Amino acid sequence: MGMTITEKILAHNSGQEQIEAGEIVNAKLDGVLANDITAALAIPQLQEMGYEKVFDAERVFFVMDHFVPNSNVNAAMQCKVCRDFARASDLKYFYDVGEMGIEHVLLPEKGHVLPGDVLIGGDSHTCTYGALGAFATGVGSTDLAAGLAKGELWFKVPPSLKFIYEGKLPRYVSGKDLILYTIGQIGVDGALYKAMEFAGAAITELPMDGRFTMCNMAIEAGAKNGIIAPDEITEKYVRMRARRPCQIYTSDADANYEKVYTFDVSALEPQVAVPHLPSNARNISEVKSITLDQVIIGSCTNGRLSDLRAAAALLTGQKVHPYVRTIIIPGSQEVYLQALKEGLIEIFISAGAAVSTPTCGPCFGGHVGVLAAGEVCLSTTNRNFVGRMGHPQSAVYLASPVVAAASAIKGRVASPWEVV
Amino acid sequence: MGKAFVFGDNIDTDLIVPGKYLTLSTPAELATVCMAGLAEDFVLRISEGDIFVAGRNFGCGSSREHAPVSIKAAGVSCVIATSFARIFYRNAINIGLPVLESAGAAAGIREGDEVLVSMEKGLIINQSTDESYTFTAFPKFILEIFQAGGLVDFIKMQHK
Repeated sequence: MGMTITEKILAHNSGQEQIEAGEIVNAKLDGVLANDITAALAIPQLQEMGYEKVFDAERVFFVMDHFVPNSNVNAAMQCKVCRDFARASDLKYFYDVGEMGIEHVLLPEKGHVLPGDVLIGGDSHTCTYGALGAFATGVGSTDLAAGLAKGELWFKVPPSLKFIYEGKLPRYVSGKDLILYTIGQIGVDGALYKAMEFAGAAITELPMDGRFTMCNMAIEAGAKNGIIAPDEITEKYVRMRARRPCQIYTSDADANYEKVYTFDVSALEPQVAVPHLPSNARNISEVKSITLDQVIIGSCTNGRLSDLRAAAALLTGQKVHPYVRTIIIPGSQEVYLQALKEGLIEIFISAGAAVSTPTCGPCFGGHVGVLAAGEVCLSTTNRNFVGRMGHPQSAVYLASPVVAAASAIKGRVASPWEVV
Repeated sequence: MGKAFVFGDNIDTDLIVPGKYLTLSTPAELATVCMAGLAEDFVLRISEGDIFVAGRNFGCGSSREHAPVSIKAAGVSCVIATSFARIFYRNAINIGLPVLESAGAAAGIREGDEVLVSMEKGLIINQSTDESYTFTAFPKFILEIFQAGGLVDFIKMQHK
C-alpha cells in the first residue's frame, strides 16, 4: 500500500518503513515553536518535569508575538518569564521586539522549517508549515513542554482527506478564498483529527504565500495538519533560506485517502465568512450591504508581502472610508522592510490607514484594534468566533486582503471589482 | 456526581477563555474566567463536581491550554460531548480533565440533570431520568498517562 505525504514524514521521523492512519507513533521533532502565551505556561511545566534546558537550543524557536510589544503589565510579566528562560537556556532563536514577526510568517522566512520536517508549535496555526511539505501541528503547553524536554512526541497518524482544485483562479481570487470556500463546504469539524492535503491545477499555480494561507486555516476545519507536496515553487522558496538539508516527500499514486473532494474553482467568487464561524463562507455578491467600523489586514494568515502588495494595488491613490479604522500589520520585519522599500507603506499611510509593527494583537482580541459592542470588522485573519476580536457583541467577517482593501475604501463589505 | 451544564455545537476556546485573559496563567486565576465568553460571571454558577455536556467539536479554535485548565480549576469534573476538537482533547487529557465522547449522553442530558460518571465502567448515568450511556473507552497508551497523573508526571517518572 502506498503512503500519503503525511504518513511518509511521520514514518521517517519515527524510524519506520510503513505506517498507516490510526497508528500511534513516537516521532522525532525537527523543531519546537512557542509564543509568549504558550511558552509562559510550558516553561514551569518543563521545569516540573525535571528539565532545566531544552533538548536542543538550536531547534527551539520562541517568538514573542501575541501581547507584544507588551500591551499591559500582565503581558510584560508573562514575556519576562520567556525572556529570562531563553537567556538562561541559551536559546539560539529567541525573537523579541525589533526582530520578531508573527511566528508563522517568521519561521518559514528564516528557514527554520523545511520540507519533510516534523514540527510542533504551541499555537493552533502551526499547521501553516504544511505549505512547505512539512508535518506541522499545534499543541497545548503540556505537549509543548514534553517536546521541549525530549525532542520527540507521540502522534496518532491522521487519515488524509484530499482536496483537488481544478481550473484557473479568476482575478482577485486567492488562497484565502479557496480555504474559506473549502471550510464552507466541509464545516468547522469537517476534517476533525485529519490531514487536509491540497492539490490540483489551482494549487500548482498558487504562489507560496497563498499556500501558507491555505494550510494556516486547516485547523479551522478541525484538521491536525494541512499539507501541500513540495514542487518548484516550494524549492525556490526554500533554496534561498535553508541552512540544512531537507527531504522532499510526495504522496504515492496508490496512497489511501479517506475521501477525495474535487472543486472546479475557475468561476469562484471572492469569499467572505460571516459571523460567527469560519465555515459561514458566502460569495461576496451575497454580503455587500454590511457596514464596517474597522478593517484589519495582516496576521499569520494574510500578513505576507504578496498580501500587502495586493492591498496596496487597490489602495493606491484612494482614501479609506472616514468611518473605517484601517489597520495594516506586516507579518514580519522582513515583510515590513520590503513593503517600505516598495513604497507600499507610503500608499497605506496616504490612504489613511494605520501601519503597525508586527503583532498578533487584534486577531485574538488582545490589543491594537479591539472592538466595542455593536462594532463590525472585516479582517484578513482566521477566526470570527463570538467575541474573538473584543466585545461579545462585536462581529467579524473574514476575507482576503483585496476584499479588505476594497471594503476599507467603501466603508462596507465590497468586491475589489467595485474600486478598480 | 454533579449537575449538568448543557452547551451546543462548536464551543470554541475563545468562549471558554477569551483572548483578553491570556495573560493569566495559574489555575486559580483561570478558574475565575471559565466560560467568560458566554457570561463574565459564569464561574459563580459552577459547583465542585459539576459536568459540562456539549454537542460537536467542543473546544475548537486555539491551542490555549488555559481552556481545559480553566474548566478543571473551576471545579468541573468532566466534559461529555458528541465530539471534541483535537488539540483541546489532547490538552484535557494532558492536564487530567476527563473528556468523554458520547453522542447519546450529549443528546439525552438536559440542563440541570444530576449526572454520575464511572470512568472504570465507561458509564454515564443520568440520575434525573434513570438513563445511562456508554462512552468510548480510552486506549491503553492514554490510560498510562492518566495513571501517571497527567503527562508532566508521566515524563517525570520516565526521566528518573
